[in-house]
Amino acid sequence: MALLEVRNLSKVYYRDSQQIPVFEGINLSIEAGEFLALMGPSGSGKTTLLNLIAGLDKPTTGEIVVGDDNIAAMSRRQLAAWRSRHVGFIFQLYNLLPVLTAYQNVELPLLLTRLSKRERRDHVMTALDVVGLTDRADHFPRQLSGGQEQRVGIARAVVSDPTLILADEPTGDLDAKSAEEILTLLQRLNEEYQKTIVMVTHDQRAADRGHAVMHLDKGVLTR
Amino acid sequence: MKYLKLIRANLFRSKRRTILTMLSVAAALFLFVTLRSVLTTLDDAKEVGSETRMVTRSSISIVFPLPEAYYQWLQTVPGVNSVSWSSWFGGVYRDPKDFFATFAVDAESYLPMYPEIDMPAEQREAFLAERSAAIVGSGLMERFGWSLNQTIGLRSTIYSPGEEWPFTIRAVYEPTNPSFGDENFFFHYDYLYEKSQYAQPGWYIMQLSDPEAAASVAETIDEHYKNSRAATRTETERAFQTGFITMYGNVGFLLNAIGMAVFFAILFVAANTMMMSARERTNEQAVLKMLGFSDRLLFALVMTEAAVITVVGGVLGVAGAKLLFDLSGFQGAGFLPGFEIKWSTAIVGLVIAVLLGVISGFVPAWQALRLPISQTLRRVA
Amino acid sequence: MKIPVIYNLRSLRQRPVSTLTTAVGMGLVVLVFIAMMALSRGFRAALVETGSTDNVIVLRKGSDSELVSGIGRGTAQTIAAFPFVADGPDGRPLVSPEVYVLISLERLTEGEALVVARGINPEAFDVRKNVEIVEGRMLNPGAPEILVGKSIVDRFANTGIGDKINFASRDWTVVGHFAAGGSSFESEIWGENEQFMPAFRGEVFQTVTFRMDDPSAFESIKSSLEGDPRLQVDALREYDFYAGQSALLSQILNFAAVFIAGIMAIGAIFGAINTMYAAVGARSPEIAVLLTLGFRPFSVMSSFLLEATMIAVLGGLLGGLFSLPINGIVTSTTNWQSFSEVAFAFRVTPDLLFRGVIFAVVMGLIGGFFPARRAARQPVVKAVREI
Repeated sequence: MALLEVRNLSKVYYRDSQQIPVFEGINLSIEAGEFLALMGPSGSGKTTLLNLIAGLDKPTTGEIVVGDDNIAAMSRRQLAAWRSRHVGFIFQLYNLLPVLTAYQNVELPLLLTRLSKRERRDHVMTALDVVGLTDRADHFPRQLSGGQEQRVGIARAVVSDPTLILADEPTGDLDAKSAEEILTLLQRLNEEYQKTIVMVTHDQRAADRGHAVMHLDKGVLTR
Repeated sequence: MKYLKLIRANLFRSKRRTILTMLSVAAALFLFVTLRSVLTTLDDAKEVGSETRMVTRSSISIVFPLPEAYYQWLQTVPGVNSVSWSSWFGGVYRDPKDFFATFAVDAESYLPMYPEIDMPAEQREAFLAERSAAIVGSGLMERFGWSLNQTIGLRSTIYSPGEEWPFTIRAVYEPTNPSFGDENFFFHYDYLYEKSQYAQPGWYIMQLSDPEAAASVAETIDEHYKNSRAATRTETERAFQTGFITMYGNVGFLLNAIGMAVFFAILFVAANTMMMSARERTNEQAVLKMLGFSDRLLFALVMTEAAVITVVGGVLGVAGAKLLFDLSGFQGAGFLPGFEIKWSTAIVGLVIAVLLGVISGFVPAWQALRLPISQTLRRVA
Repeated sequence: MKIPVIYNLRSLRQRPVSTLTTAVGMGLVVLVFIAMMALSRGFRAALVETGSTDNVIVLRKGSDSELVSGIGRGTAQTIAAFPFVADGPDGRPLVSPEVYVLISLERLTEGEALVVARGINPEAFDVRKNVEIVEGRMLNPGAPEILVGKSIVDRFANTGIGDKINFASRDWTVVGHFAAGGSSFESEIWGENEQFMPAFRGEVFQTVTFRMDDPSAFESIKSSLEGDPRLQVDALREYDFYAGQSALLSQILNFAAVFIAGIMAIGAIFGAINTMYAAVGARSPEIAVLLTLGFRPFSVMSSFLLEATMIAVLGGLLGGLFSLPINGIVTSTTNWQSFSEVAFAFRVTPDLLFRGVIFAVVMGLIGGFFPARRAARQPVVKAVREI
């Protein structure tokens, strides 16, 4: 059975009294352990689709089923709880909290669980170890390079062992070398740890790292 | 509890802003608690008056003295255990602006009636034995730097103007009730009479054998003297004291009004701070929501942050006030005996601080609750 | 090169909530400041207005208030006979000997007050400044009648024309109300000397007040009276005496005003500091542009100081506005110096409103100083990168 099923999904934005349709009738099916790249021109709605899958936004019509949950039907409160357990999101601009250390940033998702302080510590250090930043645990984001910040972002995304990892242009703001490191890391997460990854990207070389590429253009999704 | 680090980190985002806001709240609470204490002091002063002592004064006003002859008859009134009298001397030590209360009393009958005036037995004996002796409150001793057995000179605003009378301090008292005040000066009525030749009792005090008899005693005395040259007005000492306090007028209203203005002024400062800090963080809040922090949780986090600022500031202000006034022995230049920041006042202050936090944090907390995630994140990217 | 003021104005409009909350906070501080000063001034005005510079008031030597003074009939006659006492239009000397006592009356609101009962002769209306009967009639000689001052009428019972008030064991009929230009006399009850003397303290006046023939000769008049061994008196200009009577309470109110407003000001200044730092921080790119264009750092600093001042002025004006309804509100308290109750009104004058704005501006300048300096010291390169 597919891990993620998107059925007849459409999204329309309303601004003032105008309707701005993004896409309509989207269908998508992803198996567990897949590494999918999502490409398309600017404004095609790829980020919108990603946000819908992440439960950050609600579709206008359609269903999004992850495991046994149809998240399109959930309330905001339910979605928040769902996200904390099932989604790890990686941003183009990292979005770390500048007032927290790397350790504390990675720990954030775990604060929402019932784990004890010691248990949280284990998970955080493991995640930092996976991304290779245990020696920077006490540094603040401003003390890290772009690539290191993104690695912290990835650690945060995996620390609670989510069902899905969603990445929005994860290498968009990085130089070639750092981008390379990040993509290698994502590949490792997928191959070694069997994480299911959906990655939105502009970059063909990034897309090539995945198993499959899908294109979203003028509201149409093609493999 | 586990969110404490997050809250603390947010507070230290701008140390300057957080600290200045805390200090503003501290200043406001300092003021608030001080003003309230003026009111509680005045209220407590009403309580000094005992219910078992009664005061008889001229029915015209306290300014008119009563005949010495009344002493004999007053002792015969049923319900009255003992009678004494006192007279206002209007004493001045050097500078008239340095006010304190001076009373010429019939010591043998007065002191037993006033256990509040507490002093060592040998000092009491020394005072009673000497006509020009004085009993001085410990606070007054400190204020003027006097020492036991020192002879000092006082002028009177009422008697023999310009002439300084010598008094020897033979006793120092500590009040058993702080509202009684530790800055009073007592000496022998006989000395006053001897030096002025025309002194009369200012008012009589009677100790009741039964407090229930107060009303009937008052009626008996006032009826008896109703048509005489010096008609009387008798009431419990408590009512007498209260009368003085009401002479202040609308102080209560004025102070409360100021307190309100202070509250709102600081509310604006605190609210402004919270809003400024919230405005800078919408992106981070969206990230937290993305991670799964619920709307309600964010609401609570922002509220708590606001409350921490105001409560810490509040504690500083209240503690600062209590320390300052306890250490300095401030008594409002004699007009606020027993002035202190009571624990009940301190608690009210802290409650106000919490209230400040809740109100100032409300709007930013509400905005955080309603923050749309993807739109906010989109704004940055 | 000066940065145009319009830049500050527009910037303030772009942050309306922040600007307004800071201004309102300051406005409340100014309000409290003005209110307390208005209280103090109202009190002082009521007392100071009571006395004329053309009159001399004579009290027993060493008396610090009318209450404790005592002047016998003989002394009063001697004083009236002095040549420096002015004569009235009817040829009689303008001299007013007066009985002065305090009587305990119950207020219509809570509690009791000690009200001044003053014994007068008809000359009092000529000697004392600005006093006139506004309702009813003058006292009839030999009758147990009283005149009630304007401010007593509203605050105590049985003060209407024809009513009777009881004190000193008899009933007194109210036959008239009098006004005295807002002075403390309006808080008094007046009766005939000959009626009050037997009721209260017997054959003695408390004060003698007279009009000087030549007001510029006060010093010599004073030495004549005080140097005369028969008399044993102190002589003061009436104006100075009553001004002195208000000294203690005025001082207390002034002290309270400064203390309270001062502490509140600290809070407001901190608020202003935060607001201005936020403003400077948010506009860091704009500042960089200004500096790149060639505006000097000093101009940048003064621009931000000006902006802080604008918020402060707004606050000062708001505070003044809030304080206007207070003007004229009557309150009363006991002047502990004279022991008597005095009614007076809050006095919000244009001068006070102006001071309120100055006070606000000072707060704004202090609050704006460090943020403005930070704006000026901003390194251009760093800021440019942030754009």
